[in-house]
Amino acid sequence: MVTFITSAICIGTVFLYGCVGEIITEKAGHLNLGIPGIMCMGTAGGCWGAAIYMNSAGADGASFILLALISILFACMFGALGGLIYAFLTVTLRSNQNVTGLALTTFGAGLAQFLMDVYVDRSHLPAASVLMRSSLPFADSLGWFGEIFFSHGILVYLAIAVAIVAAVMLKRTRTGLNIRAIGENPATADAAGINVNAYKYGAILIGSAIAGIGGLFYIMDFIGGSWENASTIEAMGWLSIALVIFTLWKPDLSILGSILFGGLYIAANYITGISFSQMKLLKLLPYVITVIVLIVTSIMDKKENQPPASLGVNYFREER
Amino acid sequence: MTDKKAVREPLFHISRRGDISMGKAVLIRAAAIVAGLILCSVLCTVIFEEANPFSVIAELFSGNFGTSRRIWMLLRDTSLLLIAGLALLPAFKMKFWNLGGNGQILIGMLAAIACMFYMGGKVADGVIILCMVVSSILAGAIWAVVPAIFKAFFKTNETLFTLMMNYIAVGIVGFCINKWVTSGSNTLAPIKYGNFPELGNEYMLIILVAAVVTAAIFAYMKYAKHGFEVAVVGESENTARYVGINVKMVIIRTMAVSGAICGVVGLLLAGSIHHTISETSANNMGFTAIMVAWLAKFNPLVMIFTAFFISFLDRGMGQVQTAFGITNDAVSDIIIGLIYFCVIGCEFFISYKVKLRKKKKAAGEGADFMQGEAISAEETLLSADVADKEEK
Repeated sequence: MVTFITSAICIGTVFLYGCVGEIITEKAGHLNLGIPGIMCMGTAGGCWGAAIYMNSAGADGASFILLALISILFACMFGALGGLIYAFLTVTLRSNQNVTGLALTTFGAGLAQFLMDVYVDRSHLPAASVLMRSSLPFADSLGWFGEIFFSHGILVYLAIAVAIVAAVMLKRTRTGLNIRAIGENPATADAAGINVNAYKYGAILIGSAIAGIGGLFYIMDFIGGSWENASTIEAMGWLSIALVIFTLWKPDLSILGSILFGGLYIAANYITGISFSQMKLLKLLPYVITVIVLIVTSIMDKKENQPPASLGVNYFREER
Repeated sequence: MTDKKAVREPLFHISRRGDISMGKAVLIRAAAIVAGLILCSVLCTVIFEEANPFSVIAELFSGNFGTSRRIWMLLRDTSLLLIAGLALLPAFKMKFWNLGGNGQILIGMLAAIACMFYMGGKVADGVIILCMVVSSILAGAIWAVVPAIFKAFFKTNETLFTLMMNYIAVGIVGFCINKWVTSGSNTLAPIKYGNFPELGNEYMLIILVAAVVTAAIFAYMKYAKHGFEVAVVGESENTARYVGINVKMVIIRTMAVSGAICGVVGLLLAGSIHHTISETSANNMGFTAIMVAWLAKFNPLVMIFTAFFISFLDRGMGQVQTAFGITNDAVSDIIIGLIYFCVIGCEFFISYKVKLRKKKKAAGEGADFMQGEAISAEETLLSADVADKEEK
């Protein structure tokens, strides 16, 4: 049971990054269906950064802090690059958000697959992963409590910190208020003197950078530095988007939601005595639950649980 | 405050075009495609060592038109993609974002395969085929109607709902494969019962179906009362309600049509091409079909060209990769993604006019002051934004 919760938290972190990134983007009124692609790009970028650093520092001389900084920075940069393409097309050129997002997913998954297969030197990634996963020193001495809460790598705590900061930012600061105002009604926000496009760019870029770390986390922490293909990460990206709905666009709730999703995602591996085909059905649970939440919230029709009012609609000042 | 620098005027003046001549729109799109192709051939030159832009383009064409089999394959892929795009068209016209094409195709395919699996060898092939046709169309329609019902009655967000339905379909397919295959190999061997007859060759049937569906959808959207209702609902639900259209019914009916045609794609995949199924059988066709429909601006006849273009790229890039010895099929995704970006971006220049603004001099002091105020307020907000970024 303890290992189950521990790995649920661990895999949930992938969803958490993607989800928080998408929430920030969606709060600014942009439904970014490119998140799966952006997560893939973050993976490739982060692993690239890690590989460059590991090669220059050597497997023994690598320092944890530098490795973490460099790989996170690279993951953010690549994620933000994907976000920049999306933002340029949807904010500046006012293209359709769904279509752009899907194109970005195709592009990002392809780019990640290509970079990881051909350019990135993957030989040091497992070593880098061990380093990234090094846990707090006192985790072992605290028994099960320590294992559940303190045995993770730094990226897990970073994710929770990011989620909390995002929650506070959206709810309590002026910046957050402005972002939410733009997501609800950009024309009103514009009239109130908020620079709509700058905020949209900011929200999309930051959101994408955060989602990019999610991809890095999956490779470097959860599966320990090995690489199969981009489609696994893509599937996780779609689940992150599902998690956004599940947590009703609230980053603080998404911490719990991600652990629940993580648990559902791996539950099939931990329940003994079921057949392989039943396992497949269990894996459906996160999607089914998301659908149920979607339906229930729309039936209840409570104002604060709804998606941002102008989600998916581009804004053009001269159009009323 | 009255510093001249503080007066900022946008460099471009952007306004919506009233309408654009057909020729000009085509020209802009063609320019975007050419730009995309140039970008792609340059990128290929960088990626593949012994390639130059011209040899890439040459391979692109030889991959599609090199042999008669390749041409047939191209036509087959185009047809399938076209049917999938046509399936999504009525829904999109209604502004219902059906991202569930993948799931609807897959579930239709599963229904057909289930008929083949359970009835194969027990009854005549003709009966099986009849059952396959009925069950796939029904399955696809049901998969699409479920989100439509909730959209119609509770305004449930259809984009996300249909997206989730894709994954549920994938899971169900995985479940069924595991149930049917007892050997543990986890792949279903091709079933030899209930395969569709060949008309001349194995590709003709699909091409014919595509032609029929295109004509049908064209007529449905243009001449039928249903098509008109769909267009009105898409433009404005309120207008539709005022003129006495039953909006809920239209949403559900249109999605049933959409899903049913997706089911046909699944049926063809099952009966005519693969004769088996895997979790990735839909091959993201539902998403690609969105591109087909959207690039054609939801015109069924233009969609023939867009479907052809995308299939052309897809098949051509496969050939480019084999020719230059890269087994990684990811390159084609990158290239296709880049070309999508170009084509998506060019739509902006079709719907908006961009004018370079000339610097205006002599603006009144008062106006200067006012603008200065506004800008400094904006700067405060921006700097708050920057500070927040740094905090993270």
